[in-house]
Amino acid sequence: MRQTTQASPETQRAIPIVTPQIHRKRHVSFGRWFRATGWRHLVGVIVLIYAVFPLLYVLSASLNPNGTLLSSNGLFAKIGLDSYVTLFNSPQQPYASWFGNTLFIGLTASVCTVFLGALAAYCFSRMRFVGRRFGLISLLVVQIFPQLLAVVAIFLLLNTIGDIFPILGIDNQIALIVVYLGGALGVNTYLMYGFFNTVPRALDEAAKIDGAGHARVFFTIILPLVSPILAVVGLLSFIATTNDFVIASVVLVTPEKQTLAVGLYQFVSQEFTSNWSVFAAGAVLASIPVMALFLYLQKYIVGGLVAGSVK
Amino acid sequence: MSSTQTEDARETRVVQKRRRRAVRIAEQASGGITSLIVKITLIAVIDALSLYALFVSLAQQQWIVFAVILVIAAAINIIYFKRGWLPAKYLAPGLIFLLIFQIFVIGYTGYIAFTNYGTGHNSTKQDAVIALVQSAQDRVPDSPTYDLTVLDQLGTYSFLVTAPDGTVSIGNDTTPLHAVDGAEMSGGKAVGLSGYTALDFEGILQHQDEISDLAVQISDDPNDGALRTPDGSSAYLYVSTLVYDEAAGTMTDTTTNTVYTDTGVGAFTAEDGEQLMPGWSIPIGVDNFTKAFTDQSIRGPLISVTIWTFAFALLSVLTTFALGLFLAIVFNDMRMKGRKFYRVLMILPYAFPGFLGALVWAGLLNRDFGFVNLVLFQGAEIPWLTNEWLAKFSVIWVNLWLGFPYMFLVCTGALQSIPHELTEAATVDGAKPFAVFRLIKLPLLLVSIAPLLISAFAFNFNNFNLIYMLTEGGPRDAAAGINVGATDILISMVYKVAFVGASRDYGLASAFSIIIFVLVAIIAVISFKQTKTLEDLN
Repeated sequence: MRQTTQASPETQRAIPIVTPQIHRKRHVSFGRWFRATGWRHLVGVIVLIYAVFPLLYVLSASLNPNGTLLSSNGLFAKIGLDSYVTLFNSPQQPYASWFGNTLFIGLTASVCTVFLGALAAYCFSRMRFVGRRFGLISLLVVQIFPQLLAVVAIFLLLNTIGDIFPILGIDNQIALIVVYLGGALGVNTYLMYGFFNTVPRALDEAAKIDGAGHARVFFTIILPLVSPILAVVGLLSFIATTNDFVIASVVLVTPEKQTLAVGLYQFVSQEFTSNWSVFAAGAVLASIPVMALFLYLQKYIVGGLVAGSVK
Repeated sequence: MSSTQTEDARETRVVQKRRRRAVRIAEQASGGITSLIVKITLIAVIDALSLYALFVSLAQQQWIVFAVILVIAAAINIIYFKRGWLPAKYLAPGLIFLLIFQIFVIGYTGYIAFTNYGTGHNSTKQDAVIALVQSAQDRVPDSPTYDLTVLDQLGTYSFLVTAPDGTVSIGNDTTPLHAVDGAEMSGGKAVGLSGYTALDFEGILQHQDEISDLAVQISDDPNDGALRTPDGSSAYLYVSTLVYDEAAGTMTDTTTNTVYTDTGVGAFTAEDGEQLMPGWSIPIGVDNFTKAFTDQSIRGPLISVTIWTFAFALLSVLTTFALGLFLAIVFNDMRMKGRKFYRVLMILPYAFPGFLGALVWAGLLNRDFGFVNLVLFQGAEIPWLTNEWLAKFSVIWVNLWLGFPYMFLVCTGALQSIPHELTEAATVDGAKPFAVFRLIKLPLLLVSIAPLLISAFAFNFNNFNLIYMLTEGGPRDAAAGINVGATDILISMVYKVAFVGASRDYGLASAFSIIIFVLVAIIAVISFKQTKTLEDLN
């Protein structure tokens, strides 16, 4: 004990000399503890309140039977699953279809995005051809102009195409997926390109000597090796599509065809205060799978982001 | 000496030749019969679809679409059947989508920016004439009664009409009446036709609205009038009070005798300036841009929205980065217990879908019933989202909530990758912890984080969801000539001008988009120069 107090002049200064021995010991350790890590816990608790409170609030609001915005202020005052039941039983908000649509659009778009992006990334990483550098730079440059900004043109384009091929027109989910695929090459390709470069070339060369063609090398050797980045890009593009409101709200018109972002927003914006707890129930259900997946893959996502940026 | 050199060169040439041959053999041997079948099947499917699409566009005489499909289909066939061109085989699928939905639409935005596309101006002149003539139809006094049967063919309704003189004809809203043979007759009235289903009384009731809206022209000339039915069993002749004179290109109102002419503004305009709506869309040159830069009620809001967009994006990046970095340093102490626990809970807002987060905060910050005002401030009615400055503050505050976990994660990762020896060496040299941080850690950190900060800036520059879900861009600026508010950023302004409210101005919205494109391009050039990303490409 003595040794420790001597070891740190700072702590020594903090100890009131009159304090009895036993108290002093406790006090010292608390002071030291607080200086070293204790204040960190204090900061942590404050930040946790900021971070977690809104989420607890939604959960509580969703469990409030037939609750409005006003009655949601009493946290966990009443518990019931009525809002969840209403969510699936009222024709006003076809929540089940929104959920299904979001999954369908998000999964299809992200799987296709990953595939198209991986093809391009493999090409840029393994082949040397005229215009390769130009291609890589153009991908970066095109990405600067987000599709959001061209939403008017996308709307009018789909309007025109829809007169000829209704499947690619307004109010069709296939059309929306196809529009999303326009952004398949870009940042995603870049993330994958960086990762593909880390896979040793010796592997594909060995395979080629053994008689594998480029397609077989790509599908059976490269793709399994880069699966972590494929998962990350898939998840990122899934999150991006499920979060998209602008294009989805312009393309999808009929309530039964809309996604969660469009449907839930329109539902809650109609009667903001009275629809509150049904909205909260919808929000909880919508976020649980995404959050679970996210926390599960968190390590890879951060790794991917940092690796991609350093590259 | 020289002879060995040439020998070496010959040897390498031989080796290279052999290698090339080996590669070629490998390529040929590897294809395999299954992959060949898969390839041919896929291309067959694509070709079949393209052929179908070609026929459809041919039938509708859409020549541009026809040409585009033809070019794409030909390109696919050439790329995948030709030997070599390996990179093209891998790039083509993504490129096709990129070209249509990323590059073409940018160009198309540019075109729309030079038109008056929007409410009342969204089709061709021909469509406008038909719409006008049909909208002004009045029943002809004591017109003859036509016997009518409503026919259904795959959801398209047609009128099967028996004229008073006994002729039977058929037509719908796109095809004028034309005589037809072989109708099923009953008591002098045609009641059915093969290939169509006749609607019974029940069916007519079900589709009442569509049927009463139906106007079937009696001839190719819209001025001759159209048949409409009030009850589904008899039709009357309706003639428009607007008469279109094709030769003169004028529209005359027969009740007031006003003549409306095409004065080149995309609508029939009377001498006193009164316009008939709907009009049609025409190229109007730089009018939209002139309006954006000179019209006081648009220029003012455009400038303030632009400033706010930059301020918002910059503040968002700074606040989230500052808090994230601070927390990363705080929790980067190995001695601290429960770091994992804090970490997981802290990144929850990042995992929560963004649009939902903004909506939840809109509820929390609601002026009358929100948790913040009622519980935290004991019923004070603080206008968090409806006062101009408080709304701006709230937007930043909520974006901090959404964004700090991301910065925390990224900074933690970057801090841990800084070698320990550096800080140790500095400490040995007598540097204080803060100096170590400021002079060693921060610069190293910024090197790896800078690109992420730039992409965060770009993301927030177009962070539509947060703004629209939290405040809808409000509080609205009443003095502005367009629908904008204090918290609107450029992208939400474009969306509102184009898609929100009764009047939609696609032309003006596209002009705004083009202005943003230019702004973004300038920023991009600058930031690319800063990060030198382009030079690192090998």
